[in-house]
Amino acid sequence: MTPTSPIRSVADLTLGSVVAEASFSLTRDSLVRYAGASGDFNPIHYRDDVAQSVGLSGVLAHGMLTMGLAVQPVVDWAGDPARVIDFQVRFTRPVFVDATVGAVVMVVAKVGALEPETGIARIDLTVTFNGATVLGKAQARVNLA
Amino acid sequence: MSVNPELQGRVFPPVAPYLVGREKVREFSRAVFATNPINHDPEAARAAGHADVVAPPTFAVVVQEATLAQLLAEPDGGIDFTRVVHGDQRFSYTRPIVAGDELTATLAVTSIKTLGGHSMLTAESTIVDRAGAHVVTAISTLVVRGDE
Repeated sequence: MTPTSPIRSVADLTLGSVVAEASFSLTRDSLVRYAGASGDFNPIHYRDDVAQSVGLSGVLAHGMLTMGLAVQPVVDWAGDPARVIDFQVRFTRPVFVDATVGAVVMVVAKVGALEPETGIARIDLTVTFNGATVLGKAQARVNLA
Repeated sequence: MSVNPELQGRVFPPVAPYLVGREKVREFSRAVFATNPINHDPEAARAAGHADVVAPPTFAVVVQEATLAQLLAEPDGGIDFTRVVHGDQRFSYTRPIVAGDELTATLAVTSIKTLGGHSMLTAESTIVDRAGAHVVTAISTLVVRGDE
């Protein structure tokens, strides 16, 4: 198999330009799958009654699932998951996943900063659900050298 | 009960080594919608210069998890699990995690701040390979809600 995208360099990038966009459809199945894969079996991610008992309106996605999928458009743009050398987010709002209609999470990745001397680009992510951002300071440092 | 301020600076014993399996990397990749061939196909990974399939950037949380469990179980920690909210998360890599790695994580509490009855605790899990070389540091800030 060949890499999914050509190798880019920071010299080709412009601050503020969009490098990747994607949307992800989450269902309750997605949450169960993530629970199993990650080992995070907190029942607020699969039981409405438990979520409601702690004051939530219903089941919400694992923050780490939202974080994990948000970086995937950047990985595909960079062509190799190993190019993501640093990734941080702040969890600001929950993503509620309705039992029947699920939830759609949108990701827009823009060039936030460039380090020509090291070949590293900082890619800033805007991650939204129902029109509101759910992650703050979502930044991936990508080694394009 | 509130978070014990004496936790600040505490370094925990390393947790048991975690052996990264190829199928676990694939399973985790599917769960986070990672479709890159380098996450799934050893041939594609080798063609890109890796020893085996490469884990997605957030996979380190799986290795970190045991260290956070250690923190929450600390007898004098005063951390009520039911009041903990995940505030921030960061992963800083020296090299990617690949299938076959045996990783050992060590947790240190680097900061505790109190803000209006809530505590914000920052925990850094330093993850090294079999040779003791740094792979990734996973940093979590946990918000522990105060008594209502």
